[in-house]
Amino acid sequence: MIAEMLSYGFMCRALVVGTLVSLCAALLGVSLVLKRYAMIGDGLSHVGFGALSVALAMNLSPLKVSVPVVVLAAFGLLRLSESQRIKGDSAIALISTSSMAIGVIVTSLSGGMNVDVYGYMFGSILSMNMEDVYLSVGLSAVVLFLFFLFYHRIFAVTFDENFARATGIRADRYNILLALLTAVTVVLGMRMMGTLLISSLIIFPALSAMRVFKRFLWVVLCAALISVLCFFAGMTVSFSLSIPTGASVVIANLTCYLLMSLVGTITLGRG
Amino acid sequence: MALLKLEGVSLGYEHLIAAQDVSLSIEAGEYLVVVGENGSGKSTLIKGMLGLLHPRKGKVLMGEGLKKNQIGYMPQQSAMQRDFPASVYEVVLSGCLNRCGLKPFYGGRARTRAQYAMERLGIRALKDECYRELSGGQQQRVLLARALCATEKLLLLDEPTAGLDPMASQELYNLIRSLNEEGVAIVMVSHDIGAALHDANRVLCMHKTVSFVGTVEEYMKSDCGRFLWGCREEGCCHDR
Repeated sequence: MIAEMLSYGFMCRALVVGTLVSLCAALLGVSLVLKRYAMIGDGLSHVGFGALSVALAMNLSPLKVSVPVVVLAAFGLLRLSESQRIKGDSAIALISTSSMAIGVIVTSLSGGMNVDVYGYMFGSILSMNMEDVYLSVGLSAVVLFLFFLFYHRIFAVTFDENFARATGIRADRYNILLALLTAVTVVLGMRMMGTLLISSLIIFPALSAMRVFKRFLWVVLCAALISVLCFFAGMTVSFSLSIPTGASVVIANLTCYLLMSLVGTITLGRG
Repeated sequence: MALLKLEGVSLGYEHLIAAQDVSLSIEAGEYLVVVGENGSGKSTLIKGMLGLLHPRKGKVLMGEGLKKNQIGYMPQQSAMQRDFPASVYEVVLSGCLNRCGLKPFYGGRARTRAQYAMERLGIRALKDECYRELSGGQQQRVLLARALCATEKLLLLDEPTAGLDPMASQELYNLIRSLNEEGVAIVMVSHDIGAALHDANRVLCMHKTVSFVGTVEEYMKSDCGRFLWGCREEGCCHDR
C-alpha cells in the first residue's frame, strides 16, 4: 500500500511538506508548551484564516499573503502579553476571534464558502501545487536551521527568561525569533491540518515526549520523531480509509500520547 | 569605583513605585544582605541592579570593568521550572551562555566551567538527573551553580533559602560564604536574618526606600536592627 501511496505525485508532495512541517511544529512546540504559549499556535492559525480569506477574495496567493500577516500578528501577540495589561491567553483569544470574524465576513461577501476556504478550515494537503511545495520546503528548512543554530539560547530563554536577561542574553530577540518561527510554521501547517487542528501539531508531540523523557534535548528529539511518525501514520490511515488527513494525524497523535503516558506511568511510576 | 553604583534610583511597575531614591554602591568582594518586610522593594531593587527593570529616575552604573555579562543571578524559582524537563547539566551549562558571544554552541571552556561549578557545589553526581525530581535544596544548588557559571565578580541572590529546611539552608549559606571568601561579591535578599547577618559584612534595610545601610555591627545597634532582634523601641523604621 505504501508503494501505491507513493505512486501518486500529490501524495509525494504531501509527504515531503508534511514531514518538514511536522518537524518544525514539534521542535518549536516543546518551547511553546513549556513557556505556556501553547495556544499561540491556535490563535495564529485563526489570524491565518482571516488573512487567506482576504487573499482568496482578492485573487492573491494565499501563502504569500498569510505568512507576513501572521508574522505581524505573532509580534503583536508577544507585545500584548508582555504589556501585562491583557494577559497572554486573553490576548490570543482577542486577536484570533477578531481575525476569524473578518475572515468570515470577507468570505460571505465574496461569494460564500468555497472549496478553498473549506480546505483551509479542515486541511487539504493533497491539493498543494508545486509553488506551494517549494515555498513550504524553503521556509521549513529556514525554520529548522534557525532552531538548530539557536537551540541553546532557546533553551535558556525557555527555562528562565529573567536569568537569561539578567546575565546579558538578549532574551527579547529570542522571543521574537520564536514567535517568527511559530508564525511561519503555523501558516505552512494550516494547509495540511487546517485552521482548527494545527495547534495539535504543536502541542501533542511535546506533551507525549515529556511524559517519558526528562532531558530537554531528549524531549526535543523525541517530539520531533513522534511528530514525523504520527504524520506518516495519519497519512496512511487517511489514504486507506479515505478520511481527512488533518483529523487522522490528530488521532494518531492522541493515540501516541496515550501510549507514552502509559509508558511514563509504568517506567517512571508517575501519573 | 565600585562594582555597581546606584544613584538616586527609583523603580516601579505601572503606577506603583516599589523602591524610591536608592543610592548605594557595591564594592568588589563584599557581602551585602538586603532585609526588609514583604513588599518593601527588596526584589525590585535586585531587578533594578540587574537591568530587568529600567529605573524611573536615577542611574545604575557599572564600574571596575564589570560588564553586563559578568553578573550572576539566582532568582526565586518559578512554578514553571518545577515542572521543566531538563537535566542538571543542561541547566548549569546554560549559565555559560553569556560567554559564548556570537558562537551558537558551547565550547570546551564552557563545559569545563560548568563541570567546575557543579564540583564546587557538590552536585557533580547529579549531573544527569532531572532537575524537577531533585529536592528543594539540590535545586537551589543547581541554580547557584548556574549563577556561578555566569560570573566571577558579582552574584545577586533573591531569597536563596526560601522553602528550604534549616539544614539545607545552612549548607547553602556556607556555600555562599565560601564563594564570597574566594572573592565574589554577594548581594543577597533574605528573610532569614540571623543566618544572613552571621556571614554578611554590610546590611541594607529597605522600606520602600533605604532606611538603613551600614556594617553589621552598626546595624545591630541601629533601631532597625534592634527591632528585628526583638526589642521594639521608638523611632524604628518599621514603625513608620
